[in-house]
Amino acid sequence: MCFGPFPLHQTMASRKESAASGSSPLETPVKQIQIDGLVVLKIIKHYQEEGQGSEVVQGVLLGLVVEDSLEITNCFPFPQHTEDDVDFDEVQYQMEMMRSLRHVNIDHLHVGWYQSTHYGSFVSRALLDSQFSYQHAIEESVVLIYDPIKTAQGSLCLKAYRLTPKLMEICKEKDFSPEGLKKACIGFEIMFEEVPIVIKNSHLINVLLLDLQEKSTVADKHELLNLSSSNHLEKSLQLLMDRVDDMNQDIGKYNTYCRNLSKQQQQKQQYLQRRQQENTQRQSRGEPPLPEEDISKMFKPPQAPPRMDTLLIAGQVTCQSVIFMGRSLF
Amino acid sequence: MWQQLKMKYKNHESHGDLRSLSSSLFIIILHFLYEIMAVHGPVVKIHPVVLASIVDSYERRNEGATRVIGTLLGTTDKHSVEVTNCFSVPHNESEDEVAVDMEFAKNMYELHKKVSPSEVIIGWYATGYDITEHSVLIHEYYSREAPNPIHLTVDTALQSNKMNIRAYVSSQMGVPGKTVGVMFTPLTVKYVYYDTERIGVELLQRTRASPSRTNGLTTDLAQVASAAGRVQEMLTTVLSYIEDILSGKVMADNSVGRFLMDLVNKVPKITAEDFESMLNSNINDLLMVTYLANLTQAQIALNEKLVVL
Repeated sequence: MCFGPFPLHQTMASRKESAASGSSPLETPVKQIQIDGLVVLKIIKHYQEEGQGSEVVQGVLLGLVVEDSLEITNCFPFPQHTEDDVDFDEVQYQMEMMRSLRHVNIDHLHVGWYQSTHYGSFVSRALLDSQFSYQHAIEESVVLIYDPIKTAQGSLCLKAYRLTPKLMEICKEKDFSPEGLKKACIGFEIMFEEVPIVIKNSHLINVLLLDLQEKSTVADKHELLNLSSSNHLEKSLQLLMDRVDDMNQDIGKYNTYCRNLSKQQQQKQQYLQRRQQENTQRQSRGEPPLPEEDISKMFKPPQAPPRMDTLLIAGQVTCQSVIFMGRSLF
Repeated sequence: MWQQLKMKYKNHESHGDLRSLSSSLFIIILHFLYEIMAVHGPVVKIHPVVLASIVDSYERRNEGATRVIGTLLGTTDKHSVEVTNCFSVPHNESEDEVAVDMEFAKNMYELHKKVSPSEVIIGWYATGYDITEHSVLIHEYYSREAPNPIHLTVDTALQSNKMNIRAYVSSQMGVPGKTVGVMFTPLTVKYVYYDTERIGVELLQRTRASPSRTNGLTTDLAQVASAAGRVQEMLTTVLSYIEDILSGKVMADNSVGRFLMDLVNKVPKITAEDFESMLNSNINDLLMVTYLANLTQAQIALNEKLVVL
């Protein structure tokens, strides 16, 4: 499901120039995100119409970068992945959409993507890969996570995340072994960073909103004050338990790996000792010592399990537990 | 409406005085009939996302263009048409000719169909107040794409200090067999929202208040507080109305009285101890959940530290 950004060569070149002359790449280039009301409505509509059955609904965000904030001015949805010949269609679909939108003066700059989430379970390998490829190509890109279930309960739940620079480096190296992660001393807290969102509307849209409010008889909805949130609570708890089980399995694997490693070390030591003993015995008997065998070939070190998934699961569990807590309060 | 009729009429060649008189009479009669009926045909239900897109594409129009047109997508029913999506189509308009990029429209429709296969072309929109002659031509084109297309106008120039949003459907008019023309009859326009859309629109409404037209996403607590505040306001309004009635200032209204009765009866009858025990058990649950969540988080953090050692 990983889809990469459309290579916009001219814009990339100009962006690189400004990056070289402007701020250093280590600082976060995006401090705030400004979303147009239109984008919010489109995302809501997309989930409502197409996302009832399957888990996630995705799309592309378009906009531009203004100093230290990212403006998202439009978006378009991505079709569901049901057919086999998906890859070719994806890229072509994206290209066609961008080209057409350029004709009607819509910003055709790719600045990120959005995804809907089911009860908060969005921290996955696929998300990481996609966001990494986006952020690698376009530095300021973000992923918007839209939680429809929480929104239906009364308050719009839209969050923007980016990968921290540290995580970017690790993904670049592709070194997910325990030693690599230890070197970077990365924990699950500093994997993603949240960027604050601000919604902006133009004057004309404000007029439209005024009109809508007058015309439509929108009865006041008080889902916020609804006290019966128990089924959502149950669902969150179930997902939390699933993630904790996954975590457990992963930790178990890591523990067996550590144990195997230490056992192997012991075996190596024993072998060396025996060798020494034999050699001294042989020397005392006057025979030539046994040749030093290559130890590393005899004892192959066990495969270190990739720790990236553990990190992801840890992040997910944290996220889930926060949501679990939040659900009980509201 | 009357101006539209006049324009249509002027466009047609008149073949003779008597015939023109009869057709003009016919038009006058039809006009008055439609004024009385005011609505004819399916009800048009619009989602706010469509209107926002239209306004946005109007803001992004090319230099020199006075209006923007585009295609409307949605679903049709026996008695209603629901407009759920739209996209703008580049076009050039001058005094005597109009050119619409049909290829573009077709391409965009294909792309949109990939995402939501249930949406079909149901009409087109244009910004601006009047229906011009060019609209007739464009409408003809769209009649080839969809049966009985809807024409939506959004008055972005705010001619009457309001953004008038109207929908029309075209129908034949004139003396049959002789001068035939096209008339746009208005339809009722309703706004429909999904639940989540309503919440989104509500949030967007708040940008009207701030001078910089921006609005951050509020925290959960603030929203609960504001919802509770709203309920309180409503209660005070109701209470003041009742006081007015009791003191005789306002006439009592039976239907309102019935609603009030409903309201009072809806509050469930619980004794004080039951209520207290319910509240306490709820608070206990809440505390347990918080504890559990914190425990999980602490465990994970500990695990991380151990791994790094």
